[in-house]
Amino acid sequence: MSTQTATGATAAKSGEVLLDIVGLSKTFGKVAANKDITVQVRRGEIVALLGENGAGKSTLVNQIFGLITPDIGTISIKGDATPVKDPKDAIARGIGMVHQHFQLVPVMTVAENIVLGHETVRGGAFLDLAGARAMVRELSDRHGFAVDPDAEVDDLPVGTQQRVEILKALSRKVDLLILDEPTAVLTPQETDELLGVMKDLAASGTSIVFITHKLREVLAVADRVYVLRHGAVVGEVDDLTHTTTTDLATMMVGRSVVLSIDKPPATPGDVVLAVTDLHVKDDRNLEAVRGFNLEVRAGEIVGVAGVEGNGQRELVEALAGMRKVVAGSITLAGQDLTRANPHQTHHAGVGHIPEDREKHGLVAAYSIADNLVLNEYDQEPFAKSGLRQFGAVRENAVKLRDEFDIRSAGVEQSAGSLSGGNKQKVVVAREMSFGPRLLMAAQPTRGVDVGSIEFIHRRIVEARDAGAGVLLVSAELDEVLSLSDRIAVIHGGQVVAEMPAKGADRAQIGRLMAGDH
Amino acid sequence: MPHPSARPEREPAEPVTPPAPPDSPAPGGPGDGPGGLLAAIFRYQSVVVILVALLGAMAIGAALIRYQGVNPWYAYETIFKQALFTSDGLTRTLAKTTPLILTGLAVVLPLRVGLFNIGGQGQFLLGAIAAAWAAYQTSALGVLAIVVGVVVGILFGAMVGSIAAILKTWRGVHEVITTIMLNNIAAGIVWWLVTGPFQAPNAGGIPQTHEIGEAARIPTVAGIPLGFGVAVVLALVCAWMLKRTTLGFRFDTVGKNRHAAGYAGIPINRVILLAMVFAGGLAGLAGALEVHGVMHHFEPAIAGTLGFDGITIALLARSNPLWTIPAGFLVGILRTGAAGLQFATGIAPEIVDLLLAITLLLVSIPVLGRWIFRSRAHKVSAASTSWGS
Repeated sequence: MSTQTATGATAAKSGEVLLDIVGLSKTFGKVAANKDITVQVRRGEIVALLGENGAGKSTLVNQIFGLITPDIGTISIKGDATPVKDPKDAIARGIGMVHQHFQLVPVMTVAENIVLGHETVRGGAFLDLAGARAMVRELSDRHGFAVDPDAEVDDLPVGTQQRVEILKALSRKVDLLILDEPTAVLTPQETDELLGVMKDLAASGTSIVFITHKLREVLAVADRVYVLRHGAVVGEVDDLTHTTTTDLATMMVGRSVVLSIDKPPATPGDVVLAVTDLHVKDDRNLEAVRGFNLEVRAGEIVGVAGVEGNGQRELVEALAGMRKVVAGSITLAGQDLTRANPHQTHHAGVGHIPEDREKHGLVAAYSIADNLVLNEYDQEPFAKSGLRQFGAVRENAVKLRDEFDIRSAGVEQSAGSLSGGNKQKVVVAREMSFGPRLLMAAQPTRGVDVGSIEFIHRRIVEARDAGAGVLLVSAELDEVLSLSDRIAVIHGGQVVAEMPAKGADRAQIGRLMAGDH
Repeated sequence: MPHPSARPEREPAEPVTPPAPPDSPAPGGPGDGPGGLLAAIFRYQSVVVILVALLGAMAIGAALIRYQGVNPWYAYETIFKQALFTSDGLTRTLAKTTPLILTGLAVVLPLRVGLFNIGGQGQFLLGAIAAAWAAYQTSALGVLAIVVGVVVGILFGAMVGSIAAILKTWRGVHEVITTIMLNNIAAGIVWWLVTGPFQAPNAGGIPQTHEIGEAARIPTVAGIPLGFGVAVVLALVCAWMLKRTTLGFRFDTVGKNRHAAGYAGIPINRVILLAMVFAGGLAGLAGALEVHGVMHHFEPAIAGTLGFDGITIALLARSNPLWTIPAGFLVGILRTGAAGLQFATGIAPEIVDLLLAITLLLVSIPVLGRWIFRSRAHKVSAASTSWGS
């Protein structure tokens, strides 16, 4: 095992190697989620795993915590390379994990939640709640958490709930704490507090691995960072003192070969979409889109580039009528859509390829044919006076299946049984086939195989050439760069820069995405 | 099965995941749509499973009948003979079947939009008492009093149903809670009415309403209660609505993936309201028909367990409106025959409830096993796909 040598080599730097991952690979179906990953964590160290959604960060930590079994490779914990059987085993070996979605029982108190699963019992049958309370109080005092053991979890703000999760992990004597996107649900103040807590924990000897795609957090607390892209470690920075957010952003989005898309130059026409000073709130009721301005013309592709979580999702949902607009206006070819619902935006001519196709884009139990008319089911020729016309639905499906190369056993096959790429083709086919004036494509090729990516890109260009305005929102900078005619960089819910895609400087965009402007 | 055509077509073979087997009505992931357990139950209940469960229940029932010193063969023979082959047995069975089909439909329709309507009992009771009152008040209209009673019964049932839907869409209160509460409220209201304002003075203190006029009674034609025809037609209409109309498509889309329904511009709240209004109306109609066709007055015992039987029927029918007809008929046979069984052997008619309960349990057990298995598989796949897509 390499553990011994690694320990010897790095002991001088910051002590014992707590976690040593060598050559880890994991494949789901045809997609390699982790490819030959090698990662080390030493005692008392904060290590950041940085990467876009789908880069393989969660897969990696889920393997450390025993939720997923690796295909190849070893995970050694404190020099012991026995495979981690399950989360229970991981906890017994000193690993704690705080999931992005908290695993707390809302109606129980903090103390009850923390001892849940390893309660101490008095007199054979009685919960030792007094002991649990004392333990929680001691633990939270020691770490300066200020959590009331008797508070009901339901009544606590999200940031405090997260501390309860951390306390829960700490109460089981963890050496290594894994935090899966811990700041995704926090307000900026709560985020700052959490970063402070992480530093304190590390100082007291607990190692921390945390997943994020926020560059500033990495620079604020991490000792070292591993950058993941497409399932592989593409960068490793051991000394962050001279690293900037731009360096990290560049590593994150990569310099991989630009997917070449043959497209004639755009011939922009009239303004199709005009977004003026748009304000939209996210699920936490915080403003995610803060004064967004953008115009999209007919016959051009405008790509929105940005690190995820800068208001892209809320922007798209607002444009699709799925999220309330707080202030500002949305106009489609002169028609006001600020207060429109999804039905109205669709019929005004907005095609929408949603970011989450499983949740919003498809009804898995429905056939391909029914999914292809999901928002036109009550329109002619698919329905006449309230009666569905199955002949027309089928005809439409057969036509689109051939046109969009949807690989299936037949159009009556359930959409849920299709591969990711083919599912996406169903969505793309539906949203393009009704002749939209504006096509919104949110992460149109996420989790899609290479062949389908190329196909979907080509269709988006064709939609542009047919005269539609296209708004592309993607976390893949390559995709934005190669597909767009014009690029708008979004940061903090605002457009911070606009430029023609031709000759756009990747490094400059990376800087803008990181908020340096 | 909501899809227009389940025939798996064969076309130029391509390397793809095979289409779902035709016997699974909703081949989707276990997590799509609310009520994972219920959805799973309907997905895996095949007719075979139900038949096996019925036979198993009858075998267990046989042991219990044997224990009471009665030959089980004789007992079952008696049940079916009494229910189907005596002079008016079939008529009585069909009369029993009528409200069962309707309360079954009152559970099926909300299930299709992802709601569990436990409130059939309350909707039935208020529909029945409203019908009895309206028909009595309009006795002068003769036959037309039937129309008045039925319409009023439907309206009151629908009103009770809509309360649960409004609380659900407006405040997010779970429909199981509200419908159960409304059952108790309805029971309280009708009891107060029949012991107070609506009590017939000539009933000698018995809590019941006035008899409705002779002309307002729904007759039996050629041994078939007319109400039964109405119930069958409505089951057909519901099946047609779900399968053929755009409204049915909305129902199923909301039930199978509420997020996608919202994305597709389907007015989810309106669909939920409509489903509960239909359900309440059907249960209310069941009450009205029971008044007009069987009892000719209202008394609290009129509902028996009919509202709750609707849940049994809907489960046996796999939330398919058409299957409520045979499921209702089966329960109708057992209930009618059980009365004869008591007369012939002294075995309490509650044996039928026992048989039905065991059937449902047996139907649920393998499904439950699969559900647990599937939900675990789902958890793993959820964790394993959290890297993207």
